[in-house]
Amino acid sequence: MMIQFLALVRKDLKLFFTDRRALLAGLVVPIICGSFFGYLFGGNKGDTETGKVPVLVIDQDESDVSRELVAQLASNSSLGINPSTPAAAREAVRKGKATAAIIIPKNFGVEAGRALFAGDAKPAIDLLYDPSHALELDMVKGILNGAVMQTVSKEIFGGKNGRELVTESLARLEKSDLPSEDRTALRDLLNGVKNWNEQQERDGAAGDGGFSIGLTMPYATQDQAITSGQNSEYNGYAHSFGGFGVQFVLFMGLDAGITLLMLRQNGLWQRLRAAPLSRTVLLGSRAVSAALIAIFILLVIFGFARVVFGVRIQGSIAGFLGVCAAFSLMTAAFGLMVAAFGETVEATRGYSILATLILVMLGGAWVPTFLFPVWLQKLTVINPTRWAVDGLDGMTWRGLGFSAALGPIAALLVFTLLFGALAVMRFRWRIED
Amino acid sequence: MLQVEGLTKVFGELTAVNCVSFRANSGEIVGLLGPNGAGKTTTVSLIAGFLKPDSGEVLIEGKGIQSDTDPVKREIGLVPQNLALYDKLSAHDNLTFFAALYGLAGTKANEAIKDALSLVELSDRAGEKVDVFSGGMKRRLNLAAALLHDPQILLLDEPTVGVDPQSRNAIFENLETLRKQGKTLLYTTHYMEEAERLCDRIVIIDHGKVIADDTLPELHKLFPATNVIAIELDHVDALKPEKILTLPEVKSAELEHQTLRVEVHDLSRGAPIILRWLAENGHSYHHVSTEQADLETVFLTLTGRSLRDT
Repeated sequence: MMIQFLALVRKDLKLFFTDRRALLAGLVVPIICGSFFGYLFGGNKGDTETGKVPVLVIDQDESDVSRELVAQLASNSSLGINPSTPAAAREAVRKGKATAAIIIPKNFGVEAGRALFAGDAKPAIDLLYDPSHALELDMVKGILNGAVMQTVSKEIFGGKNGRELVTESLARLEKSDLPSEDRTALRDLLNGVKNWNEQQERDGAAGDGGFSIGLTMPYATQDQAITSGQNSEYNGYAHSFGGFGVQFVLFMGLDAGITLLMLRQNGLWQRLRAAPLSRTVLLGSRAVSAALIAIFILLVIFGFARVVFGVRIQGSIAGFLGVCAAFSLMTAAFGLMVAAFGETVEATRGYSILATLILVMLGGAWVPTFLFPVWLQKLTVINPTRWAVDGLDGMTWRGLGFSAALGPIAALLVFTLLFGALAVMRFRWRIED
Repeated sequence: MLQVEGLTKVFGELTAVNCVSFRANSGEIVGLLGPNGAGKTTTVSLIAGFLKPDSGEVLIEGKGIQSDTDPVKREIGLVPQNLALYDKLSAHDNLTFFAALYGLAGTKANEAIKDALSLVELSDRAGEKVDVFSGGMKRRLNLAAALLHDPQILLLDEPTVGVDPQSRNAIFENLETLRKQGKTLLYTTHYMEEAERLCDRIVIIDHGKVIADDTLPELHKLFPATNVIAIELDHVDALKPEKILTLPEVKSAELEHQTLRVEVHDLSRGAPIILRWLAENGHSYHHVSTEQADLETVFLTLTGRSLRDT
């Protein structure tokens, strides 16, 4: 029986390696996709220049404050600032050529200063935005808030308009109906600012003194990627090669299932069934050959990523191989299940490609699962590809130990048993079944 | 020997095979003849064990197939109607694989492959991929793949579909060689010429039922008008067909335009008598032909429909 089993496995491997189309689909395409997405997600050195968010600015105020605000925005490395007119900006956003347009209204500088201390009506900055770029909009608003606070406070605490605003605010304070204690406290604050400004003017250093940059965030962040070790940098290719490796291995499993389905429709199935072979040998050999091809694909893909992009198994190598082996077995069982449940080749191919893409998408192969809504993150634990992707991430760039691989391996083996059992139970053994 | 007894298979409301019985002995080619959809392939599938019969049994050398791995299956060699080859593998690799399915490996497998390739005259193409083979070569390799384990019984399901006449003749010669070796061959076809040329006995099946099972000469006897001589006359003046009826061996005679058609009991004896009588009575002729009832006519007689048109 071993001769038959080995012959069946050897034949499948030989067919795979002599089929250039299968090799291309199984190896070259995931490498191309993994390389591209790895580059998009940061590459391996973290110095990949990312695209700036295109933002148009219309300065209708043309004051010192508004000019300073535009300069502040332009100095931000995340924004690509260009001047425009209201009509042109609206058209550009509508066509998607700009993510947002900021319209700074006339008298913005004066009105913003008044609003800061005197509680006058706040000037409105019109923000036109492309609704398909909601995430970027939040980023633009955050940068705009910081720039406005910095620019307006700088003007108040040193600019010519600021001094006039403080004097004007003191005069208006005396006429206000604020409670006596509040009025006294605010008067002291404004007089303090007035004295500061006068001192700066006497020193001839107005605008260039200690408060020349205005109000800024009172903290700075120090970003540190937590990966496998202090000297290890995150490599964006690790996740993308893992994700696309998983996707194309699943496609290979799918193809193995379709091939088995097609086999039933030609004379080869009759010839195999005419031979003294048990169904265990026939289906088992198919599963073993599919698993061997799957693990070969994963190893070649990660080998390429290692050589070309420096992706390393920074965690447990045994864990990595264990995850690869468990996922390969799961893929083989998945292929058998496709063959068992498929009716016609054409329909099965359509449905199973859709199912595979959903599995891959919800497994975090394309984008990490932490971007999913919480309920979806919880739901995807029933998705085998989630375990495969998490397991590969854990053993590569996260640098986790073997114990962290046990969960994914166990989960993938459970899926293997489930899919395998369904396949054996459902497989139409006889022609009339 | 292959023995089929009361085999019946029903698919839903269709009785594909209805109480089929026949036998095929060693050194004999038995033709299973019938139109498309008559039940030939289903019968072969039942014999090979792909289908489970609703009733009846198949005995291979006196034994039935009890399980998927029953050693009795080694006595069967199957040549499926659809080509059962891996196009991307070489002829030799294909045969190595099919030999291994029957537990043959190493020297035994190599010898079996060599013999099979030699029989179908593909030894010099063994290393080439099957996808570069012609249709006829593929058919011959398809046959070779069924011979590797030296089965006693060969099931050939329309093995010449789509091949050129030269390859067809080559396959026929292969099959005749196998017959001489004492193999039992069950040959399904809907080509009457193939059955007439090859088969020692013919089982005619229609609508799942065996409607005739005999040798070709015996089947011919089922058809009443078996031997006809057709004579193209120069002139028909004064010829009275009823006078011919008085001649020995003559069963009937009729004149249609300038053609005289005479049915005789035996062509070899009747033809000289008729031709001599025509010459003696001054009836000259310019063409003579004979007609013998073929399998098509037999089939038409038995079923009421033409084999080719069904």
